[in-house]
Amino acid sequence: MVKINGKDYDVSGMTITEYLTSTEYKKELIALERNEEIVPKAEYDNTVIEDGDIIEIVSFVGGGSL
Amino acid sequence: MNNDKLVIAGHEFDSRFILGSGKYSMNLIEAAVKDAGAQIITLAVRRANTKERESILDFIPEGVTLLPNTSGARDASEAVRIARLARELGCGNFVKIEIMRDSKYLLPDNYETIKATEILANEGFVVMPYMYPDLNVARDLVNAGAATIMPLAAPIGSNKGLAAKEFIEILINEIDLPIIVDAGIGRPSQACEAMEMGAAAVMANTALATAGDLTMMASAFKQAIEAGRKAYLSGLGRVLGRGASASDPLTGFLRD
Repeated sequence: MVKINGKDYDVSGMTITEYLTSTEYKKELIALERNEEIVPKAEYDNTVIEDGDIIEIVSFVGGGSL
Repeated sequence: MNNDKLVIAGHEFDSRFILGSGKYSMNLIEAAVKDAGAQIITLAVRRANTKERESILDFIPEGVTLLPNTSGARDASEAVRIARLARELGCGNFVKIEIMRDSKYLLPDNYETIKATEILANEGFVVMPYMYPDLNVARDLVNAGAATIMPLAAPIGSNKGLAAKEFIEILINEIDLPIIVDAGIGRPSQACEAMEMGAAAVMANTALATAGDLTMMASAFKQAIEAGRKAYLSGLGRVLGRGASASDPLTGFLRD
């Protein structure tokens, strides 16, 4: 299992690009962290998601704490 | 006044109003930029949704400097991760460090903030730490490489004004970095007072977002901040310890 944004998915073996495409994330709007390390966008094509990975996918929103 | 710039790590700004984090709407961004003159706007980083097609960045006018914050971070290591993700999102290297362990009062964790400041400054970030106004901590933040110090005036979103006035004043007097008063400013008069004291800038959000007329309040903040800045630069008149001092000559001419 792979944990992405706090939820478990069975996506090990996919590249990051394949995962983002299949889930309709827009690459231009996000940044991605894998096991607490940033994955640069240039490496999405050849980074393969492995079992046990913890991935965070983030974007900007307005504001923060109230 | 024309050459009076706010300088943060070599970047110059004409405006001393910063739109803080909190309650956002497109109307607020527009009012902050057009009516309050904001040139710096805070953004937060959050988990993305799969089918997002629009970015908040599309709604922020060109020329505005984005200041991602680390809100949501509970310790230094989370703040560092959020800052790196923000930089990867491609909006420059400014970061406002916000680290909170406490969700009731949302007070910043000064100790973790110093740690995160040091790490991020070493990585080339322009680090603007949000802090509880404490002189020793401010000195540590300077040594850690902070670009500004951002003490809270009162709890975030409270609109309570300069509750920490005395302690912010100590920072202004003792710290050789821009002191930006952050959080709690609820009224233009409070922003003005902070600027009169010598604050370099004021950050606000809730004061505008919860006002009856957003646009008018944004413009009131702009005027208040400019007035306070001018008063500071001119040098405030002295306050008498006691008694009075005539402002007109007291000749008592009718009696001479």
